[in-house]
Amino acid sequence: MSEAVSALKNAVYIAGIAEISEMGAVGMITLRGDLAAKPLQKAAVAAAGVNVPDQRQCLTEGTGGMAWMSPDELLIMCAYDDANAKLADLRDKLAGTHALAVNVSDARAVFEVRGPKAREVMAKLAPVDLAPASFTPGMFRRTRIAQVPAAFWMPQEGVFRVVCFRSVAQYVFDVLCVAAQPGSEVGVF
Amino acid sequence: MLIVSCPNCGITAEETEFHAHGEAHITRHAADSSDDQMETYLFMRKNPKGVHFERWRHQNGCGKWFHMARCTMTLEVFGTYSAQTYAPPEELLAQIDAKRPGWRTPS
Amino acid sequence: MSTRLATGGRLVNKSRAVKFRFNGKHMDGFEGDTLASALLANDQMLVGRSFKYHRPRGIVAAGPEEPNGLVNLGEDGTFEPNARVTTTELFDGLTAQSQNHWPSLEFDVGAINKYLSRFLPAGFYYKMFIHPRPLWKHVYEPIIRHSAGLGRAPKSRDVDTYEHFYSFCDVLVVGGGVAGLEAARTAALSGARVMLMEQTAHWGGRTPVDGGDIDGKPAQDWIDATVAELSVMENVTLRTRTMAAGVYDHGYVLGYEQLTDHAPEMAGPRHRLWRVRAGHIITATGAIERPLSFAGNDIPGVMLAAAVRDYAVNFGVSVGDRTVVVTNNDDAYLTAFALKHAGLDVPAILDARVLPQDSAVMTQAKALGIRVLMGHAVSSVQGVKRVTGVSVCSQAGEGAVLEEINCDAVAMSGGWSPVVHLWSHCGGKLKWDTANACFSPDPDRGPLGADGAQFVTTAGAATGMFQLDDALNDAFAAADGTLRCLGLKLPKGAKASKAEHRDEAPMAPVWLMPQGAAVKLREKAWLDYQNDVKVSDVRLAAQEGFVSVEHAKRYTTLGMATDQGKLSNINGLATLAGALGEEIPAVGTTTFRPPYHPISMASIGGEARDAAFQPIRRTPMYDWHNANGAEWEPVGQWRRPYAYKRGDENTHDAVMREVTNTREKLGLLDASTLGKLIVKGPDAGAFLDLMYTNMMSTLKPGKCRYGLMCNDNGFLIDDGVVARIDEDTWLCHTTTGGAERIHAHMEEWLQTEWWDMKVYVANVTEQYAQIAVVGPNARKALEKLGGMDVSKETLGFMDWADGVIGGFNVRVYRISFSGELSYEIAVDASHGQAFWDALMAVGADLGVMPYGTECLHILRAEKGFIMIGDESDGTVIPQDLNLHWALSKKKEDYLGKRAHLRSHMADPNRWKLVGLETTDGSTLPDGAYAVAEGKNENGQRNMIGRVTSTYHSPTLGKGIAMGLVHNGPDRMGEVLEFPGTDGKTYSARIVDPVFYDKEGEKQNV
Repeated sequence: MSEAVSALKNAVYIAGIAEISEMGAVGMITLRGDLAAKPLQKAAVAAAGVNVPDQRQCLTEGTGGMAWMSPDELLIMCAYDDANAKLADLRDKLAGTHALAVNVSDARAVFEVRGPKAREVMAKLAPVDLAPASFTPGMFRRTRIAQVPAAFWMPQEGVFRVVCFRSVAQYVFDVLCVAAQPGSEVGVF
Repeated sequence: MLIVSCPNCGITAEETEFHAHGEAHITRHAADSSDDQMETYLFMRKNPKGVHFERWRHQNGCGKWFHMARCTMTLEVFGTYSAQTYAPPEELLAQIDAKRPGWRTPS
Repeated sequence: MSTRLATGGRLVNKSRAVKFRFNGKHMDGFEGDTLASALLANDQMLVGRSFKYHRPRGIVAAGPEEPNGLVNLGEDGTFEPNARVTTTELFDGLTAQSQNHWPSLEFDVGAINKYLSRFLPAGFYYKMFIHPRPLWKHVYEPIIRHSAGLGRAPKSRDVDTYEHFYSFCDVLVVGGGVAGLEAARTAALSGARVMLMEQTAHWGGRTPVDGGDIDGKPAQDWIDATVAELSVMENVTLRTRTMAAGVYDHGYVLGYEQLTDHAPEMAGPRHRLWRVRAGHIITATGAIERPLSFAGNDIPGVMLAAAVRDYAVNFGVSVGDRTVVVTNNDDAYLTAFALKHAGLDVPAILDARVLPQDSAVMTQAKALGIRVLMGHAVSSVQGVKRVTGVSVCSQAGEGAVLEEINCDAVAMSGGWSPVVHLWSHCGGKLKWDTANACFSPDPDRGPLGADGAQFVTTAGAATGMFQLDDALNDAFAAADGTLRCLGLKLPKGAKASKAEHRDEAPMAPVWLMPQGAAVKLREKAWLDYQNDVKVSDVRLAAQEGFVSVEHAKRYTTLGMATDQGKLSNINGLATLAGALGEEIPAVGTTTFRPPYHPISMASIGGEARDAAFQPIRRTPMYDWHNANGAEWEPVGQWRRPYAYKRGDENTHDAVMREVTNTREKLGLLDASTLGKLIVKGPDAGAFLDLMYTNMMSTLKPGKCRYGLMCNDNGFLIDDGVVARIDEDTWLCHTTTGGAERIHAHMEEWLQTEWWDMKVYVANVTEQYAQIAVVGPNARKALEKLGGMDVSKETLGFMDWADGVIGGFNVRVYRISFSGELSYEIAVDASHGQAFWDALMAVGADLGVMPYGTECLHILRAEKGFIMIGDESDGTVIPQDLNLHWALSKKKEDYLGKRAHLRSHMADPNRWKLVGLETTDGSTLPDGAYAVAEGKNENGQRNMIGRVTSTYHSPTLGKGIAMGLVHNGPDRMGEVLEFPGTDGKTYSARIVDPVFYDKEGEKQNV
């Protein structure tokens, strides 16, 4: 098998008011099922290495992590190369229960927006209240970035991770760079 | 532009995250239905001036469907509720009764 | 002469000179000037020509209500037409050109219109240019187009950038005058998130000009202290140069921030559009002074009284040496005082009122040695490009001249109107305020928000509270009331800021000056300066039956210019009411619509320009296609290669080559854009049986089946190959661009109708790069790569299998949309390019060439395969396409089944799919209609069919097409006529739509 190539091959933009970088290939598994069911929770925790997050939350630790996507969907994150093994393990553990687990690692692109002005960059593109008191590390938000669906969370203050579909990675990178252009500080957060 | 609360994920957000899909609580007619029933099912829609029940989807969000009761005149939103129901919840209807007495029998 | 005064000018920095050019002429100003104040300081009173009569026009106002001072600003990439001189901040190197004149501002040929003005009354264009009709297109329109319009359209690309910003607050206060500051200060005390927007660069509004003490100190000190207090509060956002352009449903407000217009050398975006969602909005937007309607009130040098004093106090500019003040209220006296204090002459104040005794300001004026003429008015203003004097008359009479006064400026005031725009944008209603002769917000009928409660409150002059103390009290009360609405509280002991009450005599409504002005004077009494609407025009409109204010507005164009009637509206309404013999409130107002003041189109676009204009969806092999001659075809947001051009080849030749090569050797198609949905669960089979017209539950794992999808109206919405993965899992292919739509369609039925079904759907479209390996050499290529048995025996037609080819983990579908031996191979997207490269390399000896969507179309058309969007258009049902075989008869229900029985769907007269072959081998025009003898009730030729797909087939060496034809399948061999838009008529014979390999032997080898 060839080397996995992410949508933008780790493109970066550092000239602006926040650093934008594509994070390369990231392992992601969509898990749909009854989120209250213990076997599903156990299998998900085993795959993600973190607890099942509450509604609209995201938990991460190292390369592992899990985000609450909807009342019957979780997004499990892991190292890209581990995704298939984790998927097989999940399917194994969930055999016989009504659940759906699929590898979506290649269907996505992941960006990092980093810096003291990261909140402002995001607030130029997403119709979300990003004031420090309103959006805090650990929250997970599915919304739109300019004209495309996307999701983001803050692993820590000053850092956003943004997930979008692979096909629009260039678009999302482009709009993030425009939003981070030099001299465009808003000065509100 | 409206603000809408999704009962599925608990997000309150602007309308651009959502998509409206017309009147709620339409009964599907299929196999053994009469032509009149099909006409009603496929084409007959209310266009009330006032209280209206609609189907919405949190399109750029959790992706789930839900119902919304709102006033087409003032754009007041009375509430949102599960898509998996055949009728608005009684509690919501009572709230609307209090705010819009007589709405059930349009003049 | 207008000139710079030696003293005064609180907003200009006289130590910083600024150079600029107007109509090519070099001029000097100061930092802090507006373009208007700088022009006046350079004695440039004449700034433009009016729209219709090309009359000379000068600056009238000092704010966004200015109707005349519109210029072409900047050059090339920073060019902007219709920039308002009163809101344009001066910067070094600014260039501006006046508009709407030829050949020059001073000498304008179009001014001939003014001599024709008798012949150009209201509705002239409607009446004149309606007949004869043939002259419209080639005579009237070009002439009107040439003479219409104000500024030039930009010709160069805009070099600036723009952005949006989403912002949220509890209380948004609009307007940074003392009322806005007081409201913001009060609201912020509660801890609420407060945002305060001010459209100018300065806080305090007009109070520093008009004077007064607040909390025992000069207003400016209070303003400075309050701004300082607010700027250190964490819960407060202050923004100058930010105008609230519109108030929309549920507390949505657009704020227009001009970041670099005053300093173009600054980095960053030029404008920022704030998309604010506020819990409650307080509009402290102030008030606008009304002009008075008298003959010659448009001659340069006639200005609003408050503007005259703004220029003197704020910018140290005198608009004239001798200024006559004409008024119906006390406020304009402040202008006379300001001018006197600046050492300028005020020969008289013409006060239309007759008061029982002198008001306080009258006494004060007389003490300053100013003549005050009570009950007097302007009969007419003298001058052409500049005021030279006024003729004085009695307000009560018809204009008989009592006296002539020499002067070079006239300061007029007809009273003040609250700026109610933002209050009204979202439905706030107005009431008539008799005391101030203006419309003011009706606090009981405000705009309603998401919770059904009022979400806008006015404060200060915007409420109609024109006195400083009243305005402050009103602002405090507005903030207090707002906090209550939000469930918040003021801290104990919070108090309103206090000011002294000023004694004022009541104003008197004056809508025409003198009240009995004869026609000759009315014809020169302007209401709308920019659109050239006079008192006589509005009266004519009323006389001709335009009794509704909305109709009269459109007939006369009153208030329809770029200032949207900020000065003219109320005077126009009053004039209309007078002509109709009705009360003003009975006539009502026109509708206030956003934006309050024009905002740049680019700010609305925000980041959406150039590469970021719209999302372009790219497959993993996009860069390769780009580097290899791809001509792109947009398919929804996807970009797919239409054809790959080689060397000097034209597009058509490239397509022909690709078709022949794929039929004869080996073609590769990037099919990654096809939608892929995983449908899984114990009820997945039953669910798919409802979704598709054919049976999917009986499909065996390892097999593929072509399926059709209808909506419940029966119309065809999508098609694609479905593969059964295992006992409870299916993979459904959708059309390109159909993935999201069909995914949503499935979720809709699962969530809103059949929510008991145990089914999960996931959209995995972009997880895979999918490559169609097509042609007689397809198997050889895969065998050369090795690793998987792709023989007919192991992997037959319509089978699929997982495996490893050339070291890549793949899923191979033996399906064909071309009629050739074909494998569609899915590989993880991150390996898509590498796999494509491997196929290109291994295919080199086998004649491999990539092919694009046009080749794909020809290949499928030669086989008679339909394409969603070509053969279907939302009104076509499977039966129209002879796809009865795909409609299950065993299933009790599926989407569209019952609808297919409805009378129109079952009508034997529906047009049906056939093949079409031109009699001379040419290619039918796309979308052409087949005509029959006779005409329909509209006098059009009867139509009996239309072309849905048409191509030149290199395989068959002739034009082939598909079309929907009345009774088509029963008319095989018949020749139909298709008139083209090129004037030719094409003849085509009805044939079987399968042109190539009718038995399907080539795909099944």
